[in-house]
Amino acid sequence: MIFTLAAKELKALFISPLAWLVLVLFQFIIGFSFLKRLDGYLQMQPQLALLPHPPGVTALVVAPTYGTAAVILLFAVPLLAMRMIAEERRNQTMTLLTSSPLTMTTIVLGKFAGLLGFLLIVIALVTLMPVMLTAGGTIDFGLLAALVIGLILTAASFAAVSLFVSSLTTHPVGAAVAAFGVLLAMVLLGEAAVEGLRERGWQAAASMVQVLAPLDNFDSFTRGLIDSYSTVCLILLTLTCLALAIRRLDALRLKG
Amino acid sequence: MSSSQDAAAALPDSPTIAAAAPDAASTTLLATGLSRRFGPHVAVNGIDLELRRGEVVGFLGPNGAGKTTTMQMLTGNLAPSAGAISICGIDLFEQPAAAKMHIGYLPETPPLYRDLTVNEYLRLAVRLRRVPRSARADAVAAARERCGLTAVGDKLIATLSKGYQQRVGIAQAIVHRPDVVILDEPTVGLDPNQILEIRGLIRELGGAHSVILSTHILPEVESICDRVQIMHHGNLVFSDTISGLRRFHGDSGLLLGLRHPPAEDALRAIGGVADVSRAADTLFRIAVADNVDPTDELVASAVRNGWGLYQLSPAQTSLEDVFVNLTTREAS
Repeated sequence: MIFTLAAKELKALFISPLAWLVLVLFQFIIGFSFLKRLDGYLQMQPQLALLPHPPGVTALVVAPTYGTAAVILLFAVPLLAMRMIAEERRNQTMTLLTSSPLTMTTIVLGKFAGLLGFLLIVIALVTLMPVMLTAGGTIDFGLLAALVIGLILTAASFAAVSLFVSSLTTHPVGAAVAAFGVLLAMVLLGEAAVEGLRERGWQAAASMVQVLAPLDNFDSFTRGLIDSYSTVCLILLTLTCLALAIRRLDALRLKG
Repeated sequence: MSSSQDAAAALPDSPTIAAAAPDAASTTLLATGLSRRFGPHVAVNGIDLELRRGEVVGFLGPNGAGKTTTMQMLTGNLAPSAGAISICGIDLFEQPAAAKMHIGYLPETPPLYRDLTVNEYLRLAVRLRRVPRSARADAVAAARERCGLTAVGDKLIATLSKGYQQRVGIAQAIVHRPDVVILDEPTVGLDPNQILEIRGLIRELGGAHSVILSTHILPEVESICDRVQIMHHGNLVFSDTISGLRRFHGDSGLLLGLRHPPAEDALRAIGGVADVSRAADTLFRIAVADNVDPTDELVASAVRNGWGLYQLSPAQTSLEDVFVNLTTREAS
């Protein structure tokens, strides 16, 4: 049933121009930044060759490209998620789902899976670029795997946060702006808070706040490190927001 | 209007009556003590409802009486503050998913995805309702045909007229052949032909399913419903069968039309006339005493005194009278 719902959400996304627009813009920006970095790398290559252990193309070109992709997702995911709950409630189409034999958990997970499916397509398209480089050289597949896994986990956490915010209001644009605000606050404040706490030596508090800093967690993946704590942090943020969204929709049934 | 008050007062007993009936197993929906508060406001106040298989129940009431709230609770879209609901013997709160398999619901605003075609939408609905894979195509085709949507199957819902959109809404409510169909104002916004078609469809649905429909159109209730329930300020103020309604109010008085009417007192003097009121210039409403029929005497007097009798008919109290009486009583 989650698959049915996910397919429905994915279809709804691709019927609307928004998803196509997001794909086009995303691909354009990522392609441009990828080429620019590649160009810089080629110009630097003679100097790099003099180093004893020169960093490869994956570390210098691909990793920053994935960093850019994560930042663009920060803008794009709230826009994609706003339709899923806020707009359904506004158009009162949610009733079709809530009067079907489905639990709120199924509904929220279905929507999440649909959104994640779209984001996987986006990430797959991004990944085509470094794969293209294998035509003219070798790339570090270990680092690439870490980047892909990290970006998927980060995108999932963005999706969950945006879905939860989308469940708080019936105003789609409001939901998108609010979700963007929350994500931006997490990125800026979360990072600062983690550093601040760590400087004061409050490690435990810093580790806890790190859950709320998704891009901070993504950073370790860009260094080729599949850090278990960062992974746990991203998954924890995702699950918490999904649980909150389920609770919120259940509460709506109680509150009316 | 004492008889209708009696009917309302007798209502809490009705589940007991049903339990005693031989075919109690055919009860498809049973709600007891259903209440809903929004903060201090009581939207629905402890109502009881029972629905049998094959029955069409009309749900009436002025705006804000609590009809939609009740329907939302019956379909599991709103949690009641108190009370219990069971659908085909399955408790809606303990096993919501299992109970919802037996419900089809058309809310006030049909939950339509405007970007899908009718076929795509119905295929989605039938999957959401957990109809087995092998039966899905048949279920969609049957619902499409029943609601007269065969010709527009490949059209986008957004391009359909309001009437057709309403039909798509009904189609999604019946596509999984639920035992209980709950329709919130199904004929609103339709043209007269479409209304007749939809009424025919609802009547037809009543054969195999149980139907609850809310409406503002009183003749609609009289023409398609087996039973009427009237809500007012969150209370169920009237509940009876249509035939019961006719029986209660059918012979409550006479309408007398006289071209040259005498003083009202002259009419009051006739045996069997309990009271007289002037309905129009030459039209009188005669309240009849319990055991004497004044008809013969009225005709004889009219002929003898040259009153110019042109009409003498039973003053049928329509559903409209009952409705107006019950729902404006507190205001006056």
